[in-house]
Amino acid sequence: MGRRTKIENTVSLLKEKIMQAVFFIAACTSILAVALICIFLFANGIPAMVKIGLPEFLTGQIWKPGNNIYGILPMILGSICVTAGAAVIGVPIGILTAVFMAEYCPKQIYKPLKMATELLAGIPSIVYGFFGLVVLVPVIRAIFPMETDGMNILTAAILLGMMILPTIIGVSEAALRAVPRSYYEGALALGATKERSIFSVMLPAAKSGVIAAVVLGIGRAVGETMAVMMIAGNQPRMPKGILQGVRTLTTNIVLEMGYATDLHREALIATAVVLFVFILIINFAVAFLNRKAAD
Amino acid sequence: MKSKIQKFFVMLSAGITFAALLFLIAYILIKGIPNLKLSLFTWKYTSENVSMLPAIINTIYMTVLVLVIAVPLGIFSAIFMVEYAKKRNPLINVIRLTTETLSGIPSIVYGLFGMLFFVTALKWGLSLLAGAFTLSIMVLPSIMRTTEEALKAVPDSYREASFGLGAGKLRTVFCIVLPAAVPGILSGIILAIGRIVGETAALVYTAGTVAETADSIFDSGRTLAVHMYNLSSEGLHVNESYATAVVLLVLVAAINMLSGFVARCLDGGTK
Repeated sequence: MGRRTKIENTVSLLKEKIMQAVFFIAACTSILAVALICIFLFANGIPAMVKIGLPEFLTGQIWKPGNNIYGILPMILGSICVTAGAAVIGVPIGILTAVFMAEYCPKQIYKPLKMATELLAGIPSIVYGFFGLVVLVPVIRAIFPMETDGMNILTAAILLGMMILPTIIGVSEAALRAVPRSYYEGALALGATKERSIFSVMLPAAKSGVIAAVVLGIGRAVGETMAVMMIAGNQPRMPKGILQGVRTLTTNIVLEMGYATDLHREALIATAVVLFVFILIINFAVAFLNRKAAD
Repeated sequence: MKSKIQKFFVMLSAGITFAALLFLIAYILIKGIPNLKLSLFTWKYTSENVSMLPAIINTIYMTVLVLVIAVPLGIFSAIFMVEYAKKRNPLINVIRLTTETLSGIPSIVYGLFGMLFFVTALKWGLSLLAGAFTLSIMVLPSIMRTTEEALKAVPDSYREASFGLGAGKLRTVFCIVLPAAVPGILSGIILAIGRIVGETAALVYTAGTVAETADSIFDSGRTLAVHMYNLSSEGLHVNESYATAVVLLVLVAAINMLSGFVARCLDGGTK
């Protein structure tokens, strides 16, 4: 009898140890994944950067894979223009909607509206892109019939501005709600109006969180691919005005990866490396801001 | 006066946000529902009849595959983070940093990595399996995070009571803590399903765009979102694109509501 309990004890102890190891290994998969992504992207992308020459690759204004000319400056600027446009449209609307959700929204309609913002985040980008293609593009074409066929920076910026709304609303609202209620009450007690309390006390207090929301939204806009591809025109040339079609870093990859070979293929992977570095910078900015907000 | 203007802009912005969403949904539904024909749900895809049923079946395959890979991984790593790792363990910070990084990476970068690693380096070819592994890495951080939140929400008294009754750590985790955290974990998983269903960029170069139902997990097949991308970029089947958009939109809306519903069950359960 005593012997049996001893065996059972050893078995259960072994089980504990094994499962602990399993949990540990599972937790390490995310480290492994990031390492693999970095290794494979850099190993396949950097040789192309070396062959083309880093300055020529990053600042070259011409992208002509047929002639072995690979300059991605038009795509870098394209991404920046489209993202900046999206921020101009999405950031103010997003932050003000967050103010509405946190401070103005009547209790009875809060839940459905909250679900609506979550749905906004859940709609697939391909559906957004299609919506842009069948609604926004004809509208823009009708407004500026001489200048554009409807696929341009402006169209992409409007659609992306809409797509980053849920990110900005969600994170800003959480930041506003994290501000102690006494701040608001104190401002009211000093005779400030509700609006003054919100805009002069609450928003500044929630600053780090709101900035993190904006940066997250920008990250989403930089990384968006399918929706942009359907409505931005995709011409690989230097952007000269908001009514011109552009190509972004993300769409450059999707458009040509299907048939690219050799150096062309490597140049596309190198494009992804540039995109990846952009995103890493944005991620670290968000992590930094979150830490600051937590202090 | 200034207050009035500020209030006006707050209301205007909220109005724009919800009007835009309402308009998008209404437009897709109104244009799409008349195009939902029975012929779009036949078993075979042909170039005359671009049936979406094979794509729907592929989407189900893909979802199941991704969940089989990502759910155990996500839950186990969350268990490690919440129940096992010591607070001061430097590994925790590294894991947290990598999951944050993973959740910020754009889907096209995942797609490219999947193509380089699963499709080319591991020689799986364009296949559901390669797509599923790519998507698993993509949804892993969100499953991990929601599971962590759910585990942290379980009161410590549950654990202490279990230990007090003589249960081991493992038994406490699986029989006491996990069951109590199920609604939160489930709502996270359902949200992940929403992402899998809607994903395009990560799948085009990993799972491929073959319009037939995949015969095995080593076969290429397009999911519904990829199907819609192909239809709308070819530009020949606008009506069918509308119909596909309706199906995608309804699916995603249903998934979102289900997730919210399950999460509310959690609130009802603990309070």
